[in-house]
Amino acid sequence: MSTTAVQTATPTSKVPKAESDRSKSENRLGQRLVLPSIILMLIVTAFPMLRALYLSVFDYTLTAPDDRSFVGFSNYVTALTDPLFWTSTGITVLYMLVTVAIELVIGFIFAMVMHRLIFARGVVRTSILIPYGIITVVSGFAWQFAFSYQNGFVNSWLPFIGADFNWFGDTTPAVIAICVSEIWKTTPFMSLLLLAGLAQVSEDMVEAAKVDGATWWQRLWKVVLPNMRSAIMVAVLFRALDAYRIFDNIFVMTAGAEDTASISFLTYRQTIEQFQLGMGSALSVLLFLSVLVIAFLIIKLFRVDLAAARQEG
Amino acid sequence: MKKLGVPIGVTLILLWCLLPVAWIISLSFKSEESITAGNPGFLPGEGTFAGWANYDKVLSDPLYDYFPRAILNSIGISLIATALSVIVATLAAYAIARLEFKGKRLVLSLALVIAMFPVVSLVGPLFDMWRTLGIYDTWIGLIIPYMSFTLPLAIWTLSAFFREIPWEMEQAAQVDGATSWQAFRKVIVPLAAPGVFTAAILTFFFAWNDFVFGISLTSTEAARPIPASLAFFVGADPFNRPASLLAAAAVISTIPIIIIVLLFQRKIVAGLTSGAVKG
Repeated sequence: MSTTAVQTATPTSKVPKAESDRSKSENRLGQRLVLPSIILMLIVTAFPMLRALYLSVFDYTLTAPDDRSFVGFSNYVTALTDPLFWTSTGITVLYMLVTVAIELVIGFIFAMVMHRLIFARGVVRTSILIPYGIITVVSGFAWQFAFSYQNGFVNSWLPFIGADFNWFGDTTPAVIAICVSEIWKTTPFMSLLLLAGLAQVSEDMVEAAKVDGATWWQRLWKVVLPNMRSAIMVAVLFRALDAYRIFDNIFVMTAGAEDTASISFLTYRQTIEQFQLGMGSALSVLLFLSVLVIAFLIIKLFRVDLAAARQEG
Repeated sequence: MKKLGVPIGVTLILLWCLLPVAWIISLSFKSEESITAGNPGFLPGEGTFAGWANYDKVLSDPLYDYFPRAILNSIGISLIATALSVIVATLAAYAIARLEFKGKRLVLSLALVIAMFPVVSLVGPLFDMWRTLGIYDTWIGLIIPYMSFTLPLAIWTLSAFFREIPWEMEQAAQVDGATSWQAFRKVIVPLAAPGVFTAAILTFFFAWNDFVFGISLTSTEAARPIPASLAFFVGADPFNRPASLLAAAAVISTIPIIIIVLLFQRKIVAGLTSGAVKG
């Protein structure tokens, strides 16, 4: 469908002179039209990132701006040798792995149900958009109050847990509560992407496998899943990078207590709450680099073909 | 068994999606006193139902003045950022869908990188830059980052929509005697409008939802949007978060989202999946 539009724009007729004039003016027009987008995107990303790179080699605290001094890589050394940095990195990777894995399974089940749905489609799709649209901070509060032993309902609904169990008193239960909130909020997005992937699987192939006597499981693993591989991979890539930036739920639910702070939260605390722009910038750079590493690993490991998925890339 | 699968699935999906929403609504109707005393359970118990008192309080009590102000900030900032972002993205998406030019890959790669960017790693330098420029704690100081961060999504969604438009119709209209401007306005604009509208909804969701920029680039109620305002919500007693009032405020901030979802469910689903999968 994309090729037709492009071809009308650049007819492949053989009129060299006129054609080159035309393509030149098309080139100019195209560049002019994308220029505002490029400038805007660079103002808020490239420039601040370079600035962070620069600030990260200084000992620079906003409360004492005159005491700024060049310290070389010592901020990085401090960060990388501090166990707190590694605890946060570890817990962030854990959040990412747990939430994405569970979302993938639940999201797929939801997508299967929606795919089979004939009536009440609108109601289900409307409902599934509500978690997606709700402010993360609001869902964080909803779940925090739900898990609270003073005001919540979770303890009274779960029979194997005491009524006065404090979910936010220890790392493991607090991480579980944060993950629940995160999974609740983002599963709908995953399930909609998977639903779009399911729609691309040809019904004929599934039917053919059925005729050949394949069981439900065999059809799922041998026909359906392989055929929606690129949709799954793109969904995983986007969700994983998103999950690695986890911040809102942690801020609201535990404020980083009980070793639940993610790497984003640690960076925020250094920079904005403690005004340590030098140290915070070093953490910013490390955070950015780790996102790059994760993106690279996912793309290499699962051979995600973004160009094919995006058709242009 | 086979017939039961789908109804059970639907029930589970509905429970999953609506339970926390029902819970926060229930919480918002519990009286403040009962919450402070500890009032576990899902529904307001005997004598703990507060009616509209919590809503009344967060909207009109001078103690919570910052909340109505935050609503105003969020509406203003989100709408302006959405409008500007969609205009800029429309130009870019048109160029990407329709024209051949050098640098096309650059725009798409840049958009991809920004979509993956860890937002927190930018707030330190932005905090510093905005203070130097004097736009820290102002509307414009939030509008600029919202625009930049919603551009990738808007560009993808729009270029996916624009590729589906049969551009030949424009020429056909011209052959029938329309000027090129008339052809564009009468044929292409109506076809493109639904896509532009979808991109606008998704952009608005992002801006309405943002928390990191909201807490980092504001310090007073001059520009603080709803999510940040909720996070700093304190009542008369700073050591006890007023859960039921906070719940009422949370419900109020969710109303616009529910309305948009109810009205435009189809468009949102199409936009989300085309931007991310078909792309």
